[in-house]
Amino acid sequence: MMKDSASRLSLWLLLTPFLLWILLLVLVPHLQMLRVSFQVRESWDTLVWGFDQYQNFFTESYYWRTFVRTGVMSLFTTFLTLIIAFPIAWYIARLARGRARGLLFLACLIPFWASELVRTYGWMILLRESGLISSWLQLLGLADAPVEMLYNDVAVIIGLVYNGLLFMVVPLVTTLDGMDENLVEAGYDLGGGHLTVMREVVVPWAMPGIVSGCIVVFMLTLGSYLTPILMGGKDSAWFTQQIFTQFITRFNWEQGAALGVLLLFLSSVIVWIGLRLSGQSLRKVMG
Amino acid sequence: MKRLDRKTRKHALMLSLALVTGGFAGGAMAEELRLITWGGYAPDDVVAQFEKETGIDVKVTLSNNEDMISKLRATGGAGFDLAQPSQDRIVGVQRQFNIYKPIDFSRVNTEQLQPSMVKATKDSTELSGKHYGVPAVWGTSGLIVHNSVADSVKDYTDLCDPAVAGEVSYRLKRPTLIGFGFALGLDPFSAYNDRDRYDSILAQVEDKLIDCKANVKTYWTGGDQLLALLRTGEVKAAMAWDAGGWKLNAENPEIRFVAPESGALGWIDTFAIPRRSENEEAAYKWINFVMQPEIAAKITNASGNFTASKGADEFVRAELADAYRASFNDEAINNIKWYPPVPPGLETVEGQVLDRVQAAN
Repeated sequence: MMKDSASRLSLWLLLTPFLLWILLLVLVPHLQMLRVSFQVRESWDTLVWGFDQYQNFFTESYYWRTFVRTGVMSLFTTFLTLIIAFPIAWYIARLARGRARGLLFLACLIPFWASELVRTYGWMILLRESGLISSWLQLLGLADAPVEMLYNDVAVIIGLVYNGLLFMVVPLVTTLDGMDENLVEAGYDLGGGHLTVMREVVVPWAMPGIVSGCIVVFMLTLGSYLTPILMGGKDSAWFTQQIFTQFITRFNWEQGAALGVLLLFLSSVIVWIGLRLSGQSLRKVMG
Repeated sequence: MKRLDRKTRKHALMLSLALVTGGFAGGAMAEELRLITWGGYAPDDVVAQFEKETGIDVKVTLSNNEDMISKLRATGGAGFDLAQPSQDRIVGVQRQFNIYKPIDFSRVNTEQLQPSMVKATKDSTELSGKHYGVPAVWGTSGLIVHNSVADSVKDYTDLCDPAVAGEVSYRLKRPTLIGFGFALGLDPFSAYNDRDRYDSILAQVEDKLIDCKANVKTYWTGGDQLLALLRTGEVKAAMAWDAGGWKLNAENPEIRFVAPESGALGWIDTFAIPRRSENEEAAYKWINFVMQPEIAAKITNASGNFTASKGADEFVRAELADAYRASFNDEAINNIKWYPPVPPGLETVEGQVLDRVQAAN
């Protein structure tokens, strides 16, 4: 009896910081945001309940156009990250041995010791008109005038893929690591070509890693703020930017909250669809 | 899960207790002034001197108008002891969110301030007979141009000239709307309280800005970003603050700040006291300290902007004074358009215009 209550107490005490975290920093602010999003400012000091902010979202074309654009570009970024990360993860998990393996992993990790801002500025130094790549191209005679590679959608996607890479590589390495070499060999023995073995053996095995990597990268990309703004230039509307603008620049918390709720909704729906399509469950993917 | 033996369990218990209680054990604090201000308005040497003379620790948070208002609004005017919003952004915000408390002018050493500026700030920050701002630093927005394009860029709308295509930058913020409004021959300030007329002005500005978008390299969002763009020559003409232009001019004489033909836009940043300031005494001490001529000159030297302090000009670096005179002759000074207080609600309409410009293709 004594022992039981002591262990229960210590369990609760250990859980307390976590519960406080979830409650105070995640649950309460979101509920508050949901409440604010349904408030309509009637005049300068009175509020009523209503759907005006959500209505604005559908009537002002720039909101939902940015919304769709952000969603599509995030999906594309996630896909691209997967394509790039898979060979890297395969090499680290299956081919590299011993020290080389540790070093390769470290090489993926080191850029993340600097903040997102620093990494983004790094890309800007490379890509800008007076930047490194532009001047190399001129030195090599491939261009006769400075080339501007920054401030367009391609630059944004480069930055986003780079930021997401590690979060794709890690889960992929973990799942690929546990795969039995015999499975691949059996695939070949049974007459499968490279593509068939990849499709029928490797991908199904790595599916939990692929899905969890995709979820993390997609969430990070959809919610990223610095990279699209700094690298995107004048046409680079990103939905988080509109939320920031409503909250901070326009003092329109009601509209900002509504947009925030919509973004949360969008990301949840897309993750849910992704899980359904890949036949995975959240429980399997996360652990 | 493995079973824990008794000793481990006891340790786990202690550890979790320590985790829970650790968060509440704060130390006693020395007297503190929490200042929210703009970059350059509280230079390190000025802060150090103030701390030495008064024994008050100064905690500086760098910010801008919108950020200041948002932060204070979120807490109902708590978290900071002194703020420095622009004078046109006080009354509307105060009426709406009640985040400042009135200034007690008997505690401000107005002797060392320029009387005309004190009066102007008092007038524009008045709400129900009380005043909410003390003038601190002033400056203008205008054009920073490279000599090679100086002949074609003389006013805000010249930024849309084909001669500078792809080499232009400005912010997507309200000063741009106002500047373009004046350059189109309209008078946005006089229409502040006539919503229909203001809407029609904004509609014309919106069309112009959307047309002009092809000319823009990128909309700048931070001062350092803009300076880098101009320094590398990637941008040849920009709408920006005078201080930035003078800073670049000191590095490269080819780059200059010019007052546009339709007039530079003049602002005054103030001292305002948040409603739930915890150390008003220190706030007034800071105001009186930094507005002494020698100290104010240090702020000018650091930020590039001139202050409301009387007689500070003679302590200002000579190059800065020269750069100022090169940008502003008497006519240009008289042509400065000073921002009147922004009525509540105006920024919502402006915000929609800016969003549409941002999203236009």
